Amino acid sequence: MRVRVVYFARLRECFGMAEENLELIGTTAADLLEQLQARGGVWVEELAAGRPFRVAVNQEIVALDTVLTDNAEVAIFPPVTGG
Amino acid sequence: MNADLMKLGLIKIVVQTEAFDLGAEVNAMSHGRTDIGAITSFVGLARDMNEGSGVQAMTLEHYPGMTEKALTALVNEAKARWTLLDVTLIHRVGRLLPGDPIVLVAVASSHRGEAFAACEFIMDALKTRAPFWKKEETSEGERWVDARVSDDTAAARWTK
Repeated sequence: MRVRVVYFARLRECFGMAEENLELIGTTAADLLEQLQARGGVWVEELAAGRPFRVAVNQEIVALDTVLTDNAEVAIFPPVTGG
Repeated sequence: MNADLMKLGLIKIVVQTEAFDLGAEVNAMSHGRTDIGAITSFVGLARDMNEGSGVQAMTLEHYPGMTEKALTALVNEAKARWTLLDVTLIHRVGRLLPGDPIVLVAVASSHRGEAFAACEFIMDALKTRAPFWKKEETSEGERWVDARVSDDTAAARWTK
């Protein structure tokens, strides 16, 4: 399936992009992370298990076992620091 | 103008670049009604010091769309938990200088207890759930602000 991935704040700067469209291999948010980590470098460093980041699907924060749907908007961002 | 205004019943939620006026917001809440017994408010300001170094400015980034959804969700949770007559929540984005107001929460209720509690709950929830990020400009360069464990602790006490 196709998904749109958006990045924010420190992760957007680390990855050098704000968004991209991807053909997802697999079905869950965790599968997407695995696919991104396969790029190596900062992708592995920032998205490895235990690293502080959040995943939102269609603008709701989700657990990593969440099953994605075609054309989902998946956001990956650091813990929030507003207020 | 980067303003996004939502009027859902008696809730006003705005994400904007412009400054806001606490007095004007509070007056607007109570104008023309006599059932409100208490209005509590919180204003968060940009500080000139953080983590031991001087901060010359900060830039607030957000996730348009999700931000408004998240803010609406946490205000609705407050309304479900306490009897509230009105809530105003304004959060600024863009570049801010020390002393500038960042966020405003104002809560109207019949009595102070509910207004105080709901105002604090909304701020604690916002700090951990609303997709805003701060980047500071310091004399050592730019740096993203890290999330604080104390914010998680503050938010978690409301789940008890």
